[in-house]
Amino acid sequence: MTTLAATLQGLRRYPTVAVGGILIALVTLAALLAPWISGDPLLLEPVNRLKAPSAEFWLGTDSLGRDVYARLVHGARISLLVGVSVAAVAVLAGALAGLLAGYFPRVDAVLMRVMDGVMAIPAILLAIALVALLGASVKVVIIAIAIPEVPRVCRLVRSVVLSVRNLPYVEAARSNGTRVVTLLRRHILPSTVPPLIVQATYICASAILTEAGLSFLGAGTPPEFPTWGNMIASNRMFLMLAPWTVFAPGVCLALVVLAVNLLGDGLRDRLDPRISRSM
Amino acid sequence: MLSYILRRLLGVIPVMLVVGVFVFSLLHLAPGDPAAIIAGDNATAENIARIRASLGLDRPFLTQFFDWGGGVLRGDLGVSMFSGLPVSQLIAQRVEATVSLAASTMFVAVVLAVTLGVLAAWKAGSLLDRAVMGVAVTGFSVPVFVVGYLLVYFLSMKLRWFPVQGYRPIADGLWDWARHLVLPSLALGLAYVALIARITRTSMLEVMSEDYMRTARAKGVATAPLLLRHALKNAAVPIVTVIGIGVALLISGVVITESVFNIPGIGRLVVDAITRRDYPIIQGVMIVFAGVYVLINLAVDILYCFIDPRIRYR
Repeated sequence: MTTLAATLQGLRRYPTVAVGGILIALVTLAALLAPWISGDPLLLEPVNRLKAPSAEFWLGTDSLGRDVYARLVHGARISLLVGVSVAAVAVLAGALAGLLAGYFPRVDAVLMRVMDGVMAIPAILLAIALVALLGASVKVVIIAIAIPEVPRVCRLVRSVVLSVRNLPYVEAARSNGTRVVTLLRRHILPSTVPPLIVQATYICASAILTEAGLSFLGAGTPPEFPTWGNMIASNRMFLMLAPWTVFAPGVCLALVVLAVNLLGDGLRDRLDPRISRSM
Repeated sequence: MLSYILRRLLGVIPVMLVVGVFVFSLLHLAPGDPAAIIAGDNATAENIARIRASLGLDRPFLTQFFDWGGGVLRGDLGVSMFSGLPVSQLIAQRVEATVSLAASTMFVAVVLAVTLGVLAAWKAGSLLDRAVMGVAVTGFSVPVFVVGYLLVYFLSMKLRWFPVQGYRPIADGLWDWARHLVLPSLALGLAYVALIARITRTSMLEVMSEDYMRTARAKGVATAPLLLRHALKNAAVPIVTVIGIGVALLISGVVITESVFNIPGIGRLVVDAITRRDYPIIQGVMIVFAGVYVLINLAVDILYCFIDPRIRYR
């Protein structure tokens, strides 16, 4: 695959991709190995409430005496899971809608109006509504965050389809009697891949932020799962006494999102200089 | 130009219709009986029946939709399940705090971002430029509640310059009102600054490489008018566009910022409604915020005509 080779070559030329990639790899590794490299994130030890960082508790303990480091490492699992899943769901749904809208003018008229409407609903509110109706679960959070991202992907794919649908090679395939499904999949879809990879990275970053926001508001995953957002929410009353309980997950969150954004910027410069960063 | 504005105005109708159908159907798409979902796990059959009747869930779907839609058009957003008060009244009580926060954020962000973007473009490649772009990338990645607590910890708790949280109505005095809004606006504005500064810089760089800019420089136009009157004015279209796009970001951010700083605005209304399963409130606020988003983007589209007269021919 040429894209892969190009990406590997780009790593050397674009240090932001390398920095972002290494950071993401480290966090992913920590998340996967969480049970082996940290203690129990749920263990309550009231004797050890709000202990400052020490050799025993690397990042101190929170207001209920829970190990902040263990919760941080376990919380990375939810952030990464939601980020990657939202990107996958939004890209699949958006690409399908974009292919149809770009290729069939009649579908286009209706679908794009629907997309304009969905885009107008703030992501956080949509997620709050779904969580209030369906109850808090990781699945609901993923779907809720993915829906508002679909229109952006759809528009991107649609614009690529519109620009290639009348090129001679597509025309040739069409006049050879290629079936529409094959035409879309074999001849049009590949052109959308580079911008989609870039867009998926940005969606992943913004999904991690939105998930943390929802957990912070108490509308995310059920409170018994440690997440970076609910760690901050449950300790904010102790900001003055124990700033590490708030800033450890906060800094982690910012670093991971920054890493994913840097990766996106680097990939964009390499894969598709045309598209500008929207949102 | 008039026909362009009229076309844009008419374009609002299908978008708001989609929003309405979407927001209304959410309640019915949920598996199970919506009344039972709203009533919660420990509800009695009587309670569920009362909720069903008060929401009109016992009538046909389309009747419900048109009744509800008609109500929304008249400004009737239904009644809160928890307090029994009209949702529109609850929203109206909290408009001031939310609008204050959004407006001050917008003001702070646009002033800061355009200044930084212009300076970065002027000294492109310099240390200043790289610093501004660094802030732009970082600002985009730090969530508003993390920035918020950092500001509170250092500026309020350590230095005691600003109040830790809360909101004072503008009627209680302008100074107190402004003092309580500084930190929330900065926290919420950072992502916005990042977005606008980036676009300002790119757009300015593009304009500054035009021939007429060289001519202006050659005939001896001073730096400030050169940057502001010749360059910024022509670089304005993408900047205004991104301000419009960013409104979505701002609206989602307002909900979280109000929770961080304990501001009694519309965002808090929604967050409090989550645990009470007060669905009419969530529904009402969604419609209102979506409407605001659509109207602001409409205003931006119309503003184009005045900034760049060429656009009306599109």
